[in-house]
Order: sequence, then C-alpha cells, then structure tokens
Amino acid sequence: MAKVYTKVSQPNPKGLKPKQDTIDFLLNYSKSLDIKRVGNYEIEINKN
Amino acid sequence: MAIGNYTDSRLVSRYIDGDETALSILINRHSSRIYSFIFSKVYNRDLTEDIFQDTFVKVIRTLKRGKYNEEGKFLPWVMRIAHNLVIDHFRKENRMPKYEDNNELSIFSILSDNAMSKESSLIQEQIYSDVRMLVEQLPADQHEVLTMRVYKEMSFKDISEQTGVSINTALGRMRYALINLRKLVDKHQLQLSTL
Repeated sequence: MAKVYTKVSQPNPKGLKPKQDTIDFLLNYSKSLDIKRVGNYEIEINKN
Repeated sequence: MAIGNYTDSRLVSRYIDGDETALSILINRHSSRIYSFIFSKVYNRDLTEDIFQDTFVKVIRTLKRGKYNEEGKFLPWVMRIAHNLVIDHFRKENRMPKYEDNNELSIFSILSDNAMSKESSLIQEQIYSDVRMLVEQLPADQHEVLTMRVYKEMSFKDISEQTGVSINTALGRMRYALINLRKLVDKHQLQLSTL
C-alpha cells in the first residue's frame, strides 16, 4: 500500500527563540566584561 | 529616531561606545533567525542554546576588543560565526548531523523552509567575500594568473600568451597562488565551507 504523506501543522521553525535565561546571561556577560589594552597585550576583566 | 529603529551598523557603533542597550536590541532583532539557523543544523534545542550563547559571547568579545570589521554587515557576520561554531561542534563530535526520531526533527523533514536557504546564501555571500579579500592579498603575478584561470576561465596557454610568460611559469604561479591562499585561510582562521 502506498504511503500517504500529509502536511502536518507544525510550529513555524522561524519562530524558534533562545531562552530568556540565555539572553539575560549574554547581557550580563557584556555588562561585566571589560577589555583593557596594555602595550601589545589585552586583558579581559570580568567585573562579576 | 527611537533607538529601536536604528540600523544594525549604528547600533554596533553605539555598543562599541558603551551603550549596552544597543546590544540588547541587536540580540532581540536577530535572535530568532540565528537560533533557527543553528537549530536547522543540529536539531537539538540544548545544543542550539549553547551554540547561540557561544556565538554571541564571541560577538561581544570581538566588538569590545575593537576587532569588528565594518566592511561586512552585522547579520551575515554573526551567522558566519554561528556557522563556524556548528562546524566546530561536528568536528569535535567527529560526525555529521544525525537524524533522531523526535518531534523537533519532523518539522524539518516534512517542511521545506525558504528561510534556511536565505541563511545559507548569507553565509555563501560571506565566503565569497572572504575569498575575494584573500585573493586581493596575493602577490600581483599570482593574483593575475589566478584571476584569469578561475574567474575568466582561461586556459594556461591563453594565460601564458596574454601575460608573456611560459606555460610552466603560469602553472607555477597558479600553484603558489593556491599554496598562499591556503596559508591566508589558516592565518585568518577562515572556514570556507558550508554544511
């Protein structure tokens, strides 16, 4: 018997979004990160 | 104009100048597209979350270090970072994406999604742009031969006649051009492939 394929209603993949936790982490990471240049060196300072 | 309506380029400038709100807008503006793109490659929500996070950690560090090159556009640049991280993931796992029988996958096995091909074309554009940038860095004689051969599809005989060198010299220049291109790819840590 031939298989019958039906188009199932699915959530739109374009609507996928990251968790709010992930976004909050990134925003906090950004706020806490400071990069200083000393001569040829770069120093990353995490204020947290 | 409200900051929410600013172009990506303007938001990036503001962020580099210390305005953290600009980053929030950039992330919210593009998160869905980037997240969906990553998910379309790895088919796993947790992994997508990790790669999305790593992508923006890289974006943040690059912007804060003042290493962002404004030549490219923001979204293609971020997509490229995400794409490279997906490749890194599969390299580490030493495998290609595998199909798992779960509901998330079925979305993509049943439906074709034009948005995904848009992402792919953004990455492809970025790769072409990278290659053009690398070709421009070659010594003039190698640049000339490579351009004639690859972009104008000329034979080595024609190249030899047009440049006034022997066929062997033209072949040698092509060979060195490719060797140097590989070195430049390593130097710039570029990944010129799509999944």
